[in-house]
Amino acid sequence: MTIRSEPLAGIVRRRRPTASLSGWLDREAVFSWLMMAPPLLFLAALVGYPFCYGILLSLQDRPVAHAGTFVGLKNFVTNFNDPVFWRVTANTFIYTIAATLLKMVGGLALALAMNQQFPLKNPVRALLLLPFIVPTVLSTVAWMWILDPAFSVLNWFLIAVGVPKPGPSWLGNPVLAMGSIIVINTWRGLPFYGITLLAGLQTVPPELYEAATIDGASAWQRFRFVTLPLLQPITLIVTLFSVIFTFADFQLVYVLTHGGPQNATQLFATYAFDIAMGAGQLGHGASIALAMFPALALLILALTIYMRRG
Amino acid sequence: MVTGHGPVERVVRLWLPVGFFLIVALFPFYWMAVTSLKPNAELYNRNVMPLVVHHPTLKHYIDLLTQTSFLLWTWNTMVVAIVSTAISLVLGVMLAYPLARMRFAGAGLIAMTVAAIYLVPQPLLFIPLADLINRLGLGNTLSAVILTYPTMLVPFCAWLLLGYFKTVPKELEEAARIDGAGRLQTMRRIFLPLCTPGFISAGIFAFTLSQNEFLYALIFLTKSAVRTVPVGVIAELIRGDVFYWGQLMAGALLGSIPVAIIYSFFVEHYVAGLTSGSVKG
Repeated sequence: MTIRSEPLAGIVRRRRPTASLSGWLDREAVFSWLMMAPPLLFLAALVGYPFCYGILLSLQDRPVAHAGTFVGLKNFVTNFNDPVFWRVTANTFIYTIAATLLKMVGGLALALAMNQQFPLKNPVRALLLLPFIVPTVLSTVAWMWILDPAFSVLNWFLIAVGVPKPGPSWLGNPVLAMGSIIVINTWRGLPFYGITLLAGLQTVPPELYEAATIDGASAWQRFRFVTLPLLQPITLIVTLFSVIFTFADFQLVYVLTHGGPQNATQLFATYAFDIAMGAGQLGHGASIALAMFPALALLILALTIYMRRG
Repeated sequence: MVTGHGPVERVVRLWLPVGFFLIVALFPFYWMAVTSLKPNAELYNRNVMPLVVHHPTLKHYIDLLTQTSFLLWTWNTMVVAIVSTAISLVLGVMLAYPLARMRFAGAGLIAMTVAAIYLVPQPLLFIPLADLINRLGLGNTLSAVILTYPTMLVPFCAWLLLGYFKTVPKELEEAARIDGAGRLQTMRRIFLPLCTPGFISAGIFAFTLSQNEFLYALIFLTKSAVRTVPVGVIAELIRGDVFYWGQLMAGALLGSIPVAIIYSFFVEHYVAGLTSGSVKG
């Protein structure tokens, strides 16, 4: 007993918290909070504060460069009675759901196609990711030219196979314009799905397929009962990510259609931008941006809980 | 992994779908390149087969570089991307290290908050931020975006690094602690040098995200001299209803090249970061 207590006492004394400043700084909690204070203060100032300030703005009549006056929920009531606002809501949901489904199905197809041995596999994978890494605005400009009303290369193909001139007006027709932004969003996001799901596929142990084959499972059954269940967690994460950033998409629509024709492609983000920056109504614009919040909060909460790094 | 047997099956199962995805993914870039090399007479002539260049010219590139501020925008974009990436890596480490290594009350809550902030899209905050930037007198300065890009990059870097840090074994740090090194010293001298791959991954992503950012740059930078490439291209190469398609495509192609080069060097890091399940899509 006496032999053991000597070194133990030494350790306890050395770790005693208030012994010195350096000892205090060495405590895990003190060290951690001091270390995290600068980034946390930064985020509080430039994310937390603007978020609260945005809520305050949404309760004000606040023309740009003028003082705001408190108007309560007037902006939200205006939104509720505004047919364009409901059009925007419907557009945003249609856009998000359609683009997400296309990316999911197309991404799975891409992953399955790429999950085979073939020469130049890595360069092919690198090229397939290009749409995802190139700045969206710049690739959208290329799409704008592909869909140009007068010189569309797509219509050149269609006319060549017998579609009557001048071919469809991709960005002038409300339905086609919505279809176009959905396809372009899919074009950009699909490689991300595909490559992520491919990584998921590569973690599936081959023994599982062998066992299923021995048990007499067909190719479809192996896919349905082995591949899909094992891909489910990664698919859920990718989908939630994709839904959040498609739901709040701005740049693609701003560049390609500016929300037109007649608000047919107007989304929450572009409509809030038009009202706040175009019409200079910061308060009203903030209320439109905040309309995204309930759906976003649910999605963010779901994803945060799901990908928690414990 | 199921491989096809006959050559026909291999074409149907492999080359048809892979070829289809490749053509769809790359056609817009091919189209950018082809358009940027065509003289206007060919560009706006519907009777010429459009898929190839008949009379290639560099006129659009020369006009872009001499008649617009494209080089200045490229410089601005680089400065903004490099500085905000550096700031974000430093602040990201300051968040991620304690979360990965220390035990303290509230760690779980902080980790969740960081993840949640990382998922907040810019359109939710741009209106109050615009007002804030104006009140700070930062409108039309690069500081406006250098200050705001880290709002999305810091949580992102912290999250990605947190995942990486947890894969690094603790033994070296424990040994350094036993030898009497302080916590800060252990982190800087022992731990951080082990994490270079994590920094490269986070750095490339932060860099490409800053190159890609459009909304804040559009709102905060309204003078040509301070614009970044995406905003400059959209705001100044589209003048009213007149589109300078040759220049636009040249600008889009040149603007994509820095990201593409960085990406081609670090593609394995990029894919590793992508598939760790912590990247925006």
